[in-house]
Amino acid sequence: MESRSARHRLTLRAILRSLALGSAILLASPVWSLAQDDLSSSWFNPHRVNMLVFLVVFFGFIIYFIQRAKKGKSLFIRRIAGLDAIEEAVGRATEMGRPVLYISGIEDVDNIQTVASMIILGNVAKMVAQYDTPLFVPICRPFVVPVAEERVKEGYAAAGRPDAYNRDNVRYISDEQFAYAAGVNGIMLRDVPAANLMFGSFFAESLMLAETGFLTGAIQVAGTANIHQLPFFIVACDYTIIGEELFATSAYLSREPKLLGSLKGSDLAKAIIMGLLALGAILETAGVTSFTKWFFIE
Amino acid sequence: MRREIPMAICFLAGISFILEYFIPHQRILSIFETFRQWAIIVIAFAYVLGLANIVRVNYHVIQKRSRDWLYKVILLVCLFFMIIVGVWGGIEEGTIFGWVYYNAQYPLQATMFALLAFFIASAAFRAFRIRTFEASLLAVTAVLVMIGRVPIGEKLWGTFPDLTEWIMNVPQLAGKRAIMIGAALGAVSTALKVLTGLERTYLGGE
Repeated sequence: MESRSARHRLTLRAILRSLALGSAILLASPVWSLAQDDLSSSWFNPHRVNMLVFLVVFFGFIIYFIQRAKKGKSLFIRRIAGLDAIEEAVGRATEMGRPVLYISGIEDVDNIQTVASMIILGNVAKMVAQYDTPLFVPICRPFVVPVAEERVKEGYAAAGRPDAYNRDNVRYISDEQFAYAAGVNGIMLRDVPAANLMFGSFFAESLMLAETGFLTGAIQVAGTANIHQLPFFIVACDYTIIGEELFATSAYLSREPKLLGSLKGSDLAKAIIMGLLALGAILETAGVTSFTKWFFIE
Repeated sequence: MRREIPMAICFLAGISFILEYFIPHQRILSIFETFRQWAIIVIAFAYVLGLANIVRVNYHVIQKRSRDWLYKVILLVCLFFMIIVGVWGGIEEGTIFGWVYYNAQYPLQATMFALLAFFIASAAFRAFRIRTFEASLLAVTAVLVMIGRVPIGEKLWGTFPDLTEWIMNVPQLAGKRAIMIGAALGAVSTALKVLTGLERTYLGGE
């Protein structure tokens, strides 16, 4: 069994390695910046060296923690009430003999929130298949349709109920934001799902969907990283998954060590950013502006 | 191979677009512009999938004479009507397609958007009910911000607008940015997992 101090040494070594690589890029930046007047013929944009350093350091952390997790080290992940509530919502729908509605936002699959939503959809499909509860998935973007169909089908197969999969329950509604909202509201009012799960990228339609769901008495769990829509979900839904929690879902639900490792990497990056923010605030207050200026992206 | 090929495409495309951010060379940028045009063409074909899905789902309902089947007939008739008039007459203003869009679709969308005001009112009513300490804080802050944003607030007390600005620019913005930083890191981390093939559930067919 590896001792705690040895583990700390390993972590520290990984941090130092990532920071050293980042510093090397930083030191090399004056060489690249020679070509900064004519960027159209340059092979590197020196104005973005800060972003490159951040990416290298951040990727370094994630890869390190994934390697650690692969070696079998146990990684703690805090409880996320909203994700635990998904099963509760599906259970409630089953008891009431009513369907579950899953809304994956209104963005296409090129949006990382939609990808995260599709990952959750697979888990939800597996749950509903186990409980033998109907699942409706109205879709806003045509490109998302085959991905959602595949995820739902796979979820039913994983639960050992491939025969229960109904292809017609994954429905393309409309690309138009409010036409989509009207269509989904129609499903809520006609079929009265007992659970509404909303995960993905939402805009002005978020409150329309969540309020209609509230009026129908459904248990609602929502999650988005679109910060301007979070207040609406918090007000109208029973549970809200805020920002980064949406991206932690796959690791949380699967408990797969490799995915948990990447979460730990993000957490460490966050801790470093907090430290840099505090340092920046102190230096700015003391009148030293060069430190914060380095973080500006042109 | 059903999973390996999409994963390889995903990796190469992802890495390429990361590199594009750091390489401003004109030659490279023109290559990525071509990639973007490919993406637009591929997305355009996805609409065929959407159309097929709509037709299949609604056709099944009509065939079985299930509940609301008549509405499905109207939906399919409208769908094909718009496709036909769009293909034959064009989609610009002044065409039949344009006329239907501006006189039916557009007002309907505006009506939906207008409903948001009522939804906000009902949601705000629930949010501002003072039942807990946190709800009290929320209600007091909301009242201060609202008063500071209307002319009567300044008449009542000249410092109200400044207080509102302070609430919006300091505690509100700090909380918002904290969530944004967390979400951005989560997004980068998820993107990395997808690119490296650690997260492959989105591909399906496990």
